Amino acid sequence: MAVERYLLPPEGSDRRLLAAYRQAGGYAAAARALREMTPEAVVEEVKASGLRGRGGAGFTTGQKWSFMPKPGGPKPSYLACNADESEPGTFKDRQIMERNPHLFLEGLIIAGYAIHARAAYVYIRGEYVTAFRILSKALGEACDAGLLGKGLFGTDREYDIHLMRGAGAYICGEETGMIESAEGRKGQPRKRPPFPAVYGLWGCPTTVNNVETVSHVPAIITRGAAWFKSIGTPTSTGNTLFGVSGHVNRPGVYELPLGTRLREIIETHAGGVRGGRALKAIIPGGVSMPVLSAEQVDVAMDHESLKQVGTLLGTGGIVVMDETTCMVRAALVISRFFRHETCGQCTQCREGTAWLYQLLHRIEAGEGSDVDLKTIESVGGYMEGQTICALSDAAAWAATGFLRRFRPEFEAHVHKRRCPLPESFEA
Amino acid sequence: MSAAVGGAAVLSDAVKDAIRTEVGKYPQPRSALLIALHLVQDEIGYVPLEAQRQVAGLLGIRPIEVREVVSFYPMYHEHPVGRRNIQVCVNIACALAGARQVVRALEERLGVAAGEGTSDGAYSLEEVQCLGSCGTAVCVQVNNEPYIEGVRSDGIDDLLRKVC
Repeated sequence: MAVERYLLPPEGSDRRLLAAYRQAGGYAAAARALREMTPEAVVEEVKASGLRGRGGAGFTTGQKWSFMPKPGGPKPSYLACNADESEPGTFKDRQIMERNPHLFLEGLIIAGYAIHARAAYVYIRGEYVTAFRILSKALGEACDAGLLGKGLFGTDREYDIHLMRGAGAYICGEETGMIESAEGRKGQPRKRPPFPAVYGLWGCPTTVNNVETVSHVPAIITRGAAWFKSIGTPTSTGNTLFGVSGHVNRPGVYELPLGTRLREIIETHAGGVRGGRALKAIIPGGVSMPVLSAEQVDVAMDHESLKQVGTLLGTGGIVVMDETTCMVRAALVISRFFRHETCGQCTQCREGTAWLYQLLHRIEAGEGSDVDLKTIESVGGYMEGQTICALSDAAAWAATGFLRRFRPEFEAHVHKRRCPLPESFEA
Repeated sequence: MSAAVGGAAVLSDAVKDAIRTEVGKYPQPRSALLIALHLVQDEIGYVPLEAQRQVAGLLGIRPIEVREVVSFYPMYHEHPVGRRNIQVCVNIACALAGARQVVRALEERLGVAAGEGTSDGAYSLEEVQCLGSCGTAVCVQVNNEPYIEGVRSDGIDDLLRKVC
């Protein structure tokens, strides 16, 4: 059955200009929401759709919105949109921003209306200069057309969208790290509570949503919660953008229903493993999520099914590794990343990420011992559930995930004192 | 126009005006700090201490509050880098596609190690973390320009031609 797309434009169709987006029915959902629905009705519809956040945590979007205060409070409310896409293996939000910028803006308009926001601040990762340029242009068009600002859509409301730029720190993809950064500080995550819905941007009630998450909202308003729920599984509803990278013939971003089998994504959509080689390992949702082995490729890509096999959906960024790939090196590259990106405020994470990197480096170089393998497990244990944010947990899961799933290969490095895979990529 | 004070470049009026415009978008001026530093770096090529002091003055914060942000974020440079700063992603998807070979080929062609620059100030080479271009690995970014995607170690001549 052909998948009906609503996030990415059809092949060969350019929706970047306002006229083209409108011709395809664009901004009708925002007009309907703002003119015919109350904010509460919008929240209820999104709640009923079962939409869950696409930034990694999978929290129910409508429920998150319902934590925001009613209007008339002492402080304005804000929508903060997380466009700091930087989880390795993830490159989907960029597709939306570069290919369907008005869909994203329309989602921001409806989401902001639902939570009574005064404005939306979009935090775009600093390296995404093309996305920033395309969005700036789209935003200008939308403002000129009266879709934003004072009296938007002919209502008596006022709502603005502002674009901000990050500067290369992965931790700013963590919602409170992003808020700190947007306030002009180091992106060090905040302790919770208070949660952003109570104390967010500039101390005001704030909802943080991912780019893809808000981009689902126009279709939910136009076609209804029941339609959205008919796609995917009962608890993981709608399409999602799976980014497939690594050793496949056709890497890219594929819009498919949640619950699509991992095997189908790799073999049918991404064209199978390169060079007819055998599959070895798959990271299912960005490098923060524990790795799977080839035997688990029949798992369905939804929150519940992935949990049952000991990992998580994360961002849906799928990294495929073939039989030549050294698992110690893969773990090493990922641990190098976390060591680089720890913000440094929690001891377990600051020290733990450095330890994991050193241990893996030693094992990869053929200088490791059996004790080092035990130390990876114990350091990982101290890093889980101990820190302000989940970066520490992610770094631990990545290292211990590779070790547990591919222990014989780690042991071979220790006992043979070299890598047993001569054709592997280089770290 | 930038002038030199004690050997350090200072901000042009155009950059100062641009920073003031950014400040107007936020309830607190400090929120314009990251974009202000990008504006400075786009003009000067890095963010010298004197420029940090001036940005602090424009935003009404202390120079140390600017410095801690400059040193926290990988995109800002406190010291000059090459006029063409070549950044190669070495994270997992790019590593699987041969990022190490790309870095090595660039090191050989430029005669510098990653993290260094050529003595004439023309080029510098940096390893960076995931650029969000995993489907078109290996990804290279020069300065703050659109990505160069699908780079291979046997295409370094092409890459350097594009970069010049």
